[in-house]
This record gives sequence, C-alpha cells and structure tokens, in this order.
Amino acid sequence: MADKELDQGKRRFLVAATSVAGGIATAATAVPFVASMLPSERAKAAGAPVEANFTKLEPGEMMIVEWRGKPVWIVRRTQEMLESVKMNDDKVADPKSQRKKELTPEYARNEYRSVKPEYLIVVGICTHLGCSPVDKFKAQAEPFESDWKGGFYCPCHGSLFDLAGRVYKNKPAPDNLEVPPHRYLTDTRIVIGDDSKGA
Amino acid sequence: MAAAEKQPVTGAGPFNGLLTWIDQRFPLVSLWRDHLAEYYAPKNFNFWYYFGSLALLVLVIQIVTGIILTMHYKPDAAQAFASVEYIMRDVPGGWLIRYLHSTGASAFFIVVYLHMFRGLMYGSYRKPRELIWIFGMLIYLSLMAEAFFGYLLPWGQMSYWGAQVIVNLFDAIPLIGPDLSLWIRGDYVVSDATLNRFFAFHVIAVPLVLLALVGAHIMALHEVGSNNPDGVEIKKVKDTKTGHPVDGIPFHPYYTVKDTLGAVVFLIVFVIIMFFMPEFGGYFLEYNNFIPADPLKTPAHIAPVWYFTPYYSILRATTENFMWVLAAGLIGYTILLVTAVKSNGARVAIVATGVVLLIGFFTIEPKVWGVMLMGAATLIFLGLPWLDQSPVKSIRYKGWLVKGALAVFVVAFVILGYLGTLTVTEGRTLMAQIFTLVYFAFFLLMPWYSKMDKTKPEPDRVTWRGAH
Repeated sequence: MADKELDQGKRRFLVAATSVAGGIATAATAVPFVASMLPSERAKAAGAPVEANFTKLEPGEMMIVEWRGKPVWIVRRTQEMLESVKMNDDKVADPKSQRKKELTPEYARNEYRSVKPEYLIVVGICTHLGCSPVDKFKAQAEPFESDWKGGFYCPCHGSLFDLAGRVYKNKPAPDNLEVPPHRYLTDTRIVIGDDSKGA
Repeated sequence: MAAAEKQPVTGAGPFNGLLTWIDQRFPLVSLWRDHLAEYYAPKNFNFWYYFGSLALLVLVIQIVTGIILTMHYKPDAAQAFASVEYIMRDVPGGWLIRYLHSTGASAFFIVVYLHMFRGLMYGSYRKPRELIWIFGMLIYLSLMAEAFFGYLLPWGQMSYWGAQVIVNLFDAIPLIGPDLSLWIRGDYVVSDATLNRFFAFHVIAVPLVLLALVGAHIMALHEVGSNNPDGVEIKKVKDTKTGHPVDGIPFHPYYTVKDTLGAVVFLIVFVIIMFFMPEFGGYFLEYNNFIPADPLKTPAHIAPVWYFTPYYSILRATTENFMWVLAAGLIGYTILLVTAVKSNGARVAIVATGVVLLIGFFTIEPKVWGVMLMGAATLIFLGLPWLDQSPVKSIRYKGWLVKGALAVFVVAFVILGYLGTLTVTEGRTLMAQIFTLVYFAFFLLMPWYSKMDKTKPEPDRVTWRGAH
C-alpha cells in the first residue's frame, strides 16, 4: 500500500472540498452569534409613541420630552423668532428641507419646518455625531457666530442650527435636525412617534 | 526529543528532582533558557528600553485591579453609576483599587507612547522586526478599544456622550454604517444593552486579544532579537567559542535587575499621582464624568480622554473647506508617486486610486472623510517599516532632515492632542488642519526625505560608553 503513488490531484480536491464545506458551515454558525447583538425584542418594543402636553408652555420657552431614549424639543416660537428663521435662509445649508427627505415629514417641509409655525418640534440630536445641542435663543454676537439670530449650538463639534432646526453652512453636521413623526390631538397636545390619520 | 533523553536539571539543590520530573514532561528548561537566561540582549540598552517591561507591569496592574472591580461593579444602566460610587465609598479599599485602575489606564498610554517613540528613534520597526512592530501596533489599537469600552462603564456624562459620538462615527460609513452602529449599540440609542455588551468586551473579549498579541509581540522579538540604540545587529559578531553575540548579555539576570529598578521608580511616580492627583486636573478622569449619564442633555464641553485627543483633533479638522486642501494634497502626492514608480501598470493603478478618492472627496460628505482620516492616522504607523528608506536604522546615525522630521512630528502630535481637549474656534480649527497635514506628511513623504537625508556610517559593533 505504501508503495502506491499518492494521487495528489484527488487529495487537493478533497482538501479544497472539505475546506469549502467547513467554511460555509462556520459562516452559517456565525449568523446567530452576530444576530444576538442586534436590538432585542424588548428594545424594539420600547419605541412606542409618547404623548406631550404643552398647554403651559409660554412664548419663547422650550420643553424636552423623551421619545425612544432621545430628547424631543418643543419650542413655542415668538413672532421675532419666526422672523429670524426667514432671515436665515441664505445662511443655512438646506433651507427648504430638500435633502434627506426622511428627516422632515411632508407636513413639516415648509419654511418653519413645523405643522403650526408657532411650535417647533424636532429631535434634539445633532446630525453629525449625535450630541444634543444647547439652546442659544437670544439674538446677539456669539463667539461662534458674530451675526447670531438665535438657535442651537452643538458643544461637541460646533455645528449651528437656526430656530427651525436647519443646519448652518460649512459646519460638521450634514443635515437639518430630524422632525419626528407626530400629530396633534388638540391645539396643545401631540403624540410623538405616530402620524397615522386613522388611529 | 524523547523525554528520557533530556539532561537532568542541576543547580537547583533540593528541587533538582522535581524540576527534572517537570522538564521531562514540559519544556521548562528550554523556555527558561530561550527567553531569560540565554536570551542575549544588546548590552547598550538605555533609558528608553524600560518602557516595554513597564507596559507589561501596567497590564498586570490593570488585570488584577480589574478583576477586583468586577466583583463590585454592576453593568446595568440603572445601577452602574451608583455601583462605582459604592466602590469608592463603601467597599474596603475600593477607592484605591478604582484609582489604581483609572490611573493605570492613562499610565498604560504614557508608557506605550514612549515605547513607540523609542521604536521611531532607533528604527526598531526596520527589517527584520516588521512583525514585532505590526503586533505592537495591533496591541496599541486593541488598547484603544479596551480604553474606549471601559470608559462607558462608570455611566457618567462623559461616558455616555463619548460613546454616543464614537459609535456614531460608524454611522458615517457608506451603505452599512447605520446598521453597523445599531448592531454595535444593540439599541437605537446608547442604553443598558450597550453598557452590558461594552462590559463584556472590556472584561473578557479585548483582554484575551490583548494577551494573545502581547505573546505574539514577545515571541517575534525573541525570534529575531532586540534592536538597540545603535541600530546595528549584535548577531553579526559572535563569540567563536560560545556562539553567543559578543555585544549581548543574558536578559536574566542583567536586564531583569535593570527592569526591576525601572519598575520601582515607575511605581513611585505612579502611586504619587494615584494618591494625590488621581483626576490629574481633569485629564485622567474628566470632571463631567462625576455626573450621572443624562441622555437628554449633553455637557457644555465634551472631549475624549487625553490619549485619544490627537485623533479627535484630526476628526474635527475635516470640514467642507478642508476637503479642497486635501484634494490639492492628493493631486500633488499622486504626481509624486507617478514620477517615482517605474512600471506603467503601477502608474495606472495610482492614478485610478487618486481619481476615485478625488471623486469621493466631493461626492461623499466631509464627516465620512473625517472618520476615514482618523482611522488612517492610527493605521498609517503599520506602514513605517516600508516607508522608511534610510540606509541606517538609528537616529544616532541619521541626518538633520530625518531628525527634524521626527521632532516636527512629535510637536504636531502633542499640539493636536492639546487642541483635542479644547472647544473649537476658527483659529484652533485652522491650527488642527495645519498639523493634520504635518502628521500625514511625516509618513507619506518619508520614502523621499529618508533617502535624501545625509547619514553617518553605522559602526560595526554597538557603542557603549564610547568603547566596546
């Protein structure tokens, strides 16, 4: 038996075939391990809509509601604040919310990025790397912008947003702040995370 | 070799019998000889050669203190912050263990940065030590991962927002980015699920990789032998009788004793910092991290811990306007490469890569390129063995061009690091952009300036106090 010449071709074929079969089996086995790190059913279920009541919100004030673990800002804009949004059109990168449509539902794709001009409702998470910008509502010269008309400043990387959540040009953040899906229940009560009419 | 043929162990007195029994079943004597008693290291090691063994010492400190901390810490978003405070206040000696661990993290990076600088100075990455350098760089990358995962665990404001920013970096990767960051977090925001898995990475996954890489680093080192401040191979001149390098001395006892002295001095400095300034002015432990994580509010000033700040600066420097500078640099470098290579195939490949990158610069948002540049800044060290074309290894025999380049690089690294701890202003962004260019120029232009450099001839044997 030992004298018989080895069939190298056959050996190579068997080694290759075994490696391929083993490789496929290993890759298939990896699937459940990788999948186990995806959001769990509990995490998915936690994304339920929340209700917000802002009856007591005064003009020029802001309140924060938590939705899916993120801050949602509700700002009651004054007439001056709305004027400042108009004046900012040439300073912001996407004044009409035309880029990335998923960030602005159709009913908010207007000058003020809201259903009712008076109330701005946006997710307070910067579109750059996810910090929460701080409100700088007062129109005055700021270290980051001499001609500041009021808005939001991100402390992490210096992105600026106006009072409609629109991002300034040449800043790290690429997009406007997200307007979450929402609908009004009454004049001062909304549900965030659900904008279906039938419900 | 069959076990029975081995020589019995001698010189261990009453333990000869036991050691012989073990040696016949386990390569005890050969391990001892190969790695300690007869591992010949160059006799001219200087101050810079302490940091390898010190890194090993800090690794042991981190593992031992880490094990104790896991006995009291709770990886649960509702309890994590309080459990760290519990360790600090109620666990006997808990404050000591915790401060040893947090100071140890910064000490680890100080020691590793100095160890890497030693390699840069004496050309320790050059042939035949390329793999030692590559394993070392992989250790450095694992260490950054380990530090990043560990920093989330106290669940303070900086933990939370730091993790939020870094995980969101992956979001920038085209196509797979958003799903990848979702997979890393295990939730739509940094949450309990994220904390729990970062704990798993920090206490078991990354440490295992780290230990394996440290093993590979040392095995590769002991295969080819240590470099030295003169950058000449001690194996070239061997004693004709013993076959050992003439300029080598056994690691044990000579360097075990030297390294013990280094460890004592290091530990004195280390415990002084640990006892008297464990926060180190907000650089080792940031003040905002003593506030529990609040997902609704980012602290007014967030910055990573000091050892990440050079890369963080590079990330922040990549703005829309900077893309034009990068594009100009890319075009210049492509022309330089095309004139340098000889084959036409390589030329076509270089131009094609350049064009693809150039199109990418203006079609993909700058945020993505910031992330890419930051990644490239850490990975570019891997290319050093091939970028350095100098005829000599050690800085002792290099000319002013290379010495100057190294000095400028160190300055750029430190300034980028300092800028990364500050908030952004226009002036600082401009500075960060200039030093980002310097950082990359040090590596990318090395094949040219290291060749042009006027070097001095290397000696045949190592120099030691002016004589052999």
